[in-house]
Order: sequence, then structure tokens, then C-alpha cells
Amino acid sequence: MDFQPTDDQRALRTGVRELLAGRFGRDASRTLADAPGGPVLDRGLWRELGDAGFFSLRLPERDGGVGLGLPEAVIAFEEAGRALLPGPLVATHLAAGEIDGAATGDTVVTAVDSGGLVTWYDTADAVRGDATGAVPVRSVDPLTPLHRAPAGHSGPHDPVAVLLTAAEQLGSAARTCELAVQHARDRHQFGQPVGAFQAVKHLCAQMLVRTELARAAVYAAAVTGDPLEISGAALLADDAAVRGARDCLQVHGGMGFTWEADVHLHLKRAWLRAELGPSAATLEEELAAAL
Amino acid sequence: MDLAYSEEEEAFRAELREWLAVTLPQLPPRPDPADWPGRRAYDLGWQRRLYDAGYAGLHWPVDAGGRGATPTQHLIYLEETERAGAPYVGANFVGLLHAGPTIAAEGTAEQRARWLPPVLRGDEVWCQGFSEPDAGSDLASLRTRAVRDGDHYVVSGSKIWTSHAEVADWCELLVRTEPISADVPKHRGISWLAMPMDAPGVTVRPLRTLAGSTEFAEMFLDEVRIPVGNRVGEENDGWRVTMVTLSFERGTAFVGEVVACRRTLTALAAEARKNGRWDDPVLRRRLGRLNAEFSALWRLTQWNVSEAQHTGGVPGTGGSVFKLRYSHARQELYDTAAAVLGPDSLDLGREWNLDRLSSLSYTIAAGTSQIQQNIVAERILGLPKGR
Repeated sequence: MDFQPTDDQRALRTGVRELLAGRFGRDASRTLADAPGGPVLDRGLWRELGDAGFFSLRLPERDGGVGLGLPEAVIAFEEAGRALLPGPLVATHLAAGEIDGAATGDTVVTAVDSGGLVTWYDTADAVRGDATGAVPVRSVDPLTPLHRAPAGHSGPHDPVAVLLTAAEQLGSAARTCELAVQHARDRHQFGQPVGAFQAVKHLCAQMLVRTELARAAVYAAAVTGDPLEISGAALLADDAAVRGARDCLQVHGGMGFTWEADVHLHLKRAWLRAELGPSAATLEEELAAAL
Repeated sequence: MDLAYSEEEEAFRAELREWLAVTLPQLPPRPDPADWPGRRAYDLGWQRRLYDAGYAGLHWPVDAGGRGATPTQHLIYLEETERAGAPYVGANFVGLLHAGPTIAAEGTAEQRARWLPPVLRGDEVWCQGFSEPDAGSDLASLRTRAVRDGDHYVVSGSKIWTSHAEVADWCELLVRTEPISADVPKHRGISWLAMPMDAPGVTVRPLRTLAGSTEFAEMFLDEVRIPVGNRVGEENDGWRVTMVTLSFERGTAFVGEVVACRRTLTALAAEARKNGRWDDPVLRRRLGRLNAEFSALWRLTQWNVSEAQHTGGVPGTGGSVFKLRYSHARQELYDTAAAVLGPDSLDLGREWNLDRLSSLSYTIAAGTSQIQQNIVAERILGLPKGR
């Protein structure tokens, strides 16, 4: 047993992180958040992701894919979550090999989730599930346009989608922990960094604890592929991302409540991801039934 | 990232299972929890069986008489012994997990030869004299004085929370050999001594816990004479010597318990289905969340053990992250047990209710959750020390 990332997996993480830092840094996310007509998907970036193998990561090499597994996909999606990368990443990744152009990033694929929510509906070239009659919603997340299909409409339930979304939540949780720690070091009050106060320290410590527990759960679920383990990982990752962003906001004080700070972008996306897919109640009932 | 065990690891597991299957039925009946001499004899008897079978000091280095097992083999050992319902480490805890590893790491050849074999063979019991009435979380401010008199230290002071003091042969004792002053910060001036518990001047007074049992004791030391040769490490270097020990406590100490908690959770669900409380969706969801929690804690254990494997077996700060979460999860588990039992949760004769009481110590013992959060914030996240 060696439940630590291999050298190749670490290199993959570094590669994705560098690609995203270069192509979707902080400026890019802020420009997108402030776009007058709402966010526009950067199709150039989408194709670059395709070239880098982001969507074809798990396709066999004979089908033009990279031939890697769920653990590698989870690492890539964790980085996407960390960078706040927008777009229907999970749906397009899952459509690779099934819908033309998805693997290469030439086609943008979205999906109707179990509650009828559809992200990037107007942008997508293909929609999985029945989105007939979907109406636009004023999306809480400035980086994710949202539609809602009429009641009863829902897309396919795929545990892999749940896992990859959990991986994005994990990346976001880790990032908000870093942002909180950075702010707690830089911001001085009463003649010392606010991070020297135990009340602030303990918020940060719990952010890390939730993140690391979620990490162990998400990575293990990626290794085993067990649907029940995926459900548990999703619960913990949602918790780590949403509560992490909330605590990060709190540590930022007044700045945390501004549009200018990035914290709200993480919080809103975390809320969105937690709402997409099975609800906490569904996951908990599933985990209880297995006892 | 690989969760599959190697052929060698599976062979180790199979051999251990086989031994447990043969050995456990031969054990004598468990003593009454209040019968301390009986508990000592039982725990030492188990240790002797481990020794004879080559499992004693599994994770200790080979040159200290251990088996030099990898962290993963140690994990398998703890998992399998818990699954099989083997006895806990019990009275051997301090010897095997604190004092022994400290002596193995810091002791002279003579000290290792004197103290380690009896721990491994199950001949001698150790207890721990660290905390004092005025030095708990702030352990380094301890005041028990040791004054040099020829080739002895003369030790006076008091210690508290000492488990197994009534039945111990030796105590790993932290004493102040240099008073705190402007030139001597509190972490300096501490020394580590092995104190024979039958030395004149040692008085043990059992402390009753809120669970009603006497799991630990107060210890009063009145001019106890301890040979200088019983000091492990240099004089005034005891703080560093001790830190070697404490990191072990946070390493794999809870592996067996996580396995046991998962079994308890399954039993809680069965009980709720039987008594009708399963119909309550709030309770069901709480059990479901605990299922996610404990399976993640098990994965976090495997993560930390794999990390230790890469860093040469030394438990990292990941132990603090684990302990913070686990101690709260354990309390939530037994609070949920109370919700499953309803009015029966007030009956101490029912299963789980005494465990609920003892779970209250988990966020306090071996570093309170508040201290653990400081450790995580300062040592892992790099936040500055302060108020």
C-alpha cells in the first residue's frame, strides 16, 4: 500500500497548475466576473485544455486519449477547482469519446443535473439530458450562467460526475485555506498579524482539517471507484469547500464582504457545486442504508 | 496512489490472522475493570504471548529488540488485532509507545539492555509522570524539582493524570534540573528520568474519573532518590528527548479505535432498525454522515501511514489533523448512540453509555483540541505565535 501520489501524479498536478496559472490567472477570472453581458466561455482555452488532455485523460490511448485513470482525473479537477476554472468541465470530460469533439475541446458539452439545473446552456454545443423549456436563472455565481429545466427533467446520474465535482470542491477548499492563512499573516491589528490570535488560528486550523479529511476521502474514492465511497467523499468535500469559503470570508473581515476580494467567487461556486448532483440528504440516506 | 497491499504485506496479514485465530481462544477470561492487579497480569500475559510469537515491539527498531516492521505492517497489525477482538495494549501502553521508543532512540546501550527487554517480554509496566497540577497544556512549565546529590537526584513535586500508576514498576518522569530564569527558558532545564515506583517517597493516590472508574492517579514525590544513571539523554535536554515520544502518541495510537468505531456504527444502525428509531430521518442522516466520517478517517490513517513510510517511519504533523477530527467524531458517535438508545441512554448497564462518558476525555487527553489547533496553525500553516 502506498496511498501517496506517485511522481507522475505530482508532475501532472504541477503541469495542470502551471497551465491554468498561465491561461486563467486571477486577472482572467476578474475580467470574466465583471463582463457586462455575463461571462463568456474562452473557447481558445477550452481547446488548449483539450490539447493538454484534460477531457481525454481517461480515454484509452487507442481512442486518442491519455489512458490515465480516475486518480489522475481527480488531480486535474482539483486544480481546476483551485483556479476557479469556469465551464461545464465535468460534463465535457464525461462526454469524451461519446460526443464528437468533446475530447479535443472543440465541442462544449453540458448536462442537466438531477435537480434540472443546467450550466452554460446558451454556450454549450451539446446538452446531455432533456433541457427542453429550460429558462435562464440569475446565477449566484458570476462565473457560471445557469438555466433551470422544468420539473421532472433530469440528466443521467453518474458517480464519476459526483467524484469529479468533489475534486473541484477539494481544490477550492485548499485554496481558500491558503488565502485565509495569507491574509492572516499580512493583516496587522493590535500591533500583530491577526493570525497570531488564537481565535483566527483555530478557524484556519479547522479549514485545513476539513480539507485534509476531504482529500483522503476523495483520493481514496478515486482509487477504489466505489460509489458509496464517492458519496461519502462528496459530502465531506462539499462541507470543506462551503465552510472553508465561509471561514475564509470571516478571516478577511470587511474585505471579505467586498466584490474585489476573490473569496466570494469561491463561496458562490462552492454553493453551486454543492447544489448540482445529489443533495446532502440523498447522500446521507445512501450512506445510512449501507450500514 | 495505491490502496492495494503488496504480496508481502498480505502474507504478513495472513500469518497474523492465523496466529490470532489459534491464540485468542486460549486467553484467560478478562479481569474486572476495577481489579487492577488482575488487569496488569492479563495485559502482561498478552504481551508475553506476543513476544513468544515474535510480534512484540513490532514497530520498534531491530537493534532495540523489535521487529523493525514498516508503518504499513504496523497498521495491518493494529487493524487485524482489533478485528479479531484481541486485547488492547492496556498496561503496556507507556512502555511500548512512550518510554520504550524514547529509550530506544536516546538511551545508552546499558539503558536499552536494562529496560527494553522487560517491556517486550511483558515483565515490567511503565507509567508516565509528565503533567502536573499547574502544568497541563503548558507542560514545559513543570516544576517537579530534581536536585543533584552525589550520584543521585533528589526529586520532590507532584504529578497528575498518571495512568496505571498503581501497578507500574517504572515511571518515565520529567523533572526540572535547572530553574527557569532570564537565561533559562522553560523548555531548557528539564530532564528525563526513569523512576522505580517502589522508591521511598513515592505516594500514589487514585483519581476517580467522571465515568466512576480509577483510570489514572495523582503521584506525590517527597525527596525520592533516583540514580543519575537513570537519566536518559543529557541533563536539561529532557524536553527534546520527550518530543520523540509524544509524536509517537499522535502517530498510530488510534488505528484500532477507528476500526472499532466503524463496527460500533454498524451496530448502532442495527439497534435503530430493531427499536424503531430508524424511521427518524434526522437520526438516519446523522448515521449516514458518520459512515462518511469514519470511512474518511480510515483513509486519512492510510494516508498518514503512507507518508510516514516515505519519511522513514517518523509520524508527521498529520497526526494532529487526525486527532482533532477523530476526537470530535468519536464524541459524535456516542452522542448518536444515545439518540439511538433514547431513554436507555441513561442506563449505564447498557452498551455504549460508559463509552459515551469516556469519549469526553478525547478532546482533552494528549493535547486538548485547542492546543492541537495551535499546533496545526503554527507548525503546518505557519501562522505566527502570539496570544
